[in-house]
Amino acid sequence: MKTERKLEKQARTVRSGYLYILSLALSASRDTAKMDLNMDSNAPHSMGTTIIGVTYNGGVVLGADSRTSTGMYVANRASDKITQLTDNVYVCRSGSAADSQVVSDYVRYFLHQHTIQLGQPATVKVAANLIRLLSYNNKNMLETGLIVGGWDKYEGGKIFGIPLGGTLIEQPFAIGGSGSSYLYGFFDQAWKEGMTKDEAEQLVVKAVSLAIARDGASGGVVRTVVINSEGVTRNFYPGDKLQLWHEELEPQNSLLDILNSPTPEPMNI
Amino acid sequence: MHALHLFIFTRRPRPSSSHVFCWKSDVSSSYGSTLRYKNVERMKPIGKHSLLGASGEISDFQEILRYLDELILYDNMWDDGNSLGPKEVHNYLTRVMYNRRNKFNPLWNSLVLGGVKNGQKYLGTVSMIGVNFEDNHVATGFGNHLARPILRQEWHENLSFEDGVRLLEKCMRVLLYRDRSAINKLQIAKITEEGMTISQPYSLKTYWEFSAFENPTQGAVGSW
Repeated sequence: MKTERKLEKQARTVRSGYLYILSLALSASRDTAKMDLNMDSNAPHSMGTTIIGVTYNGGVVLGADSRTSTGMYVANRASDKITQLTDNVYVCRSGSAADSQVVSDYVRYFLHQHTIQLGQPATVKVAANLIRLLSYNNKNMLETGLIVGGWDKYEGGKIFGIPLGGTLIEQPFAIGGSGSSYLYGFFDQAWKEGMTKDEAEQLVVKAVSLAIARDGASGGVVRTVVINSEGVTRNFYPGDKLQLWHEELEPQNSLLDILNSPTPEPMNI
Repeated sequence: MHALHLFIFTRRPRPSSSHVFCWKSDVSSSYGSTLRYKNVERMKPIGKHSLLGASGEISDFQEILRYLDELILYDNMWDDGNSLGPKEVHNYLTRVMYNRRNKFNPLWNSLVLGGVKNGQKYLGTVSMIGVNFEDNHVATGFGNHLARPILRQEWHENLSFEDGVRLLEKCMRVLLYRDRSAINKLQIAKITEEGMTISQPYSLKTYWEFSAFENPTQGAVGSW
């Protein structure tokens, strides 16, 4: 129908965020309108976000940016992409917001039951395998890349990457989302085994910050979650408090402050 | 995510009927053109007698391993002294792959299955569309184009294990030079009647010091 087609054109898939545009609800049952119209379908599908998980000597640190975009618009500049599954296991979400949310919800539900039946906290491996099951068995419909990280008493801190097809891969560190393209070289150089908690967290913050600098689909604040035997700590690094990179300038309140300062910069006329 | 990688297998029978196989794969898994994971084991032992190697979609390979796990488990539960050998496992995989292909929902892998049972050696391959056959040497992906011609020339019935390794390394080096999705980190597996071993990942030396490489366009205007 003509109206349906018109609405579908306007509908957008929401990338890693919470806000649903009304037209989404109005369009056909399974909305798969893509915002990137000029993509080669054989290339890997890029996903808005930067997500990271690293293991350190004693636990894991998960990190993510906070930008949710729908097309070129930033729907949410302060989203929380690091989602709790159990007391000791969290997941970083990237790709389609809807898909990553629904997968997280299902897995949280299953893990809750599993924990009751088991009588003790679920292991990171079990959580990761549940995510894998959903991702793999629905691979034709889902578009979400996830990084599962946590701590359990059997294996300590563990990170599992579950990219688009539903492959499960345990790694000492994992990166995902569209911003991760800019971090492969960085981690090749900066990653080392057996870091301390602070070293690991600083690495994650630096990495997300670098990705934000170059990836349009990543931005906002850096959120981190540290999980170890002692528990879980959430941290928040606001965008304006991050280190400045190449060609980035010190933020000012106004031009007037610069002009009125004791050593004014000469103006270009 | 794909690993469009090579597998090469050679086999050689020894007079005392303890047959030796060796095969190689690299440990990489790509995501489009990015060499994303550099430590993925793409060769796995199956039961007592076989080894499975795969290229293609790793999530489908992981699922195949689960199917085979179940197959071997049920076989062991008979507890009748019999065990599934490479021929049987290859047949099972062929059926699985072909049936999925018929449903237009293939497992996106090229598989190589080899092993030794009761002194008999076996080396076979199955593709994602169910094409299957056995041969003295098989490969997946680029290996078919680059390695098998070398193997056709240089493989023979009486290869020693050391010669087999050297031959495979020769092939892998060519693939390293000429396959974009290859990385210089590979494993070799050896299968005999007694058992199988898979080596730790290691790297090969490569040669770049040809004078033609240093000055490829001497005399030409422009650098091409």
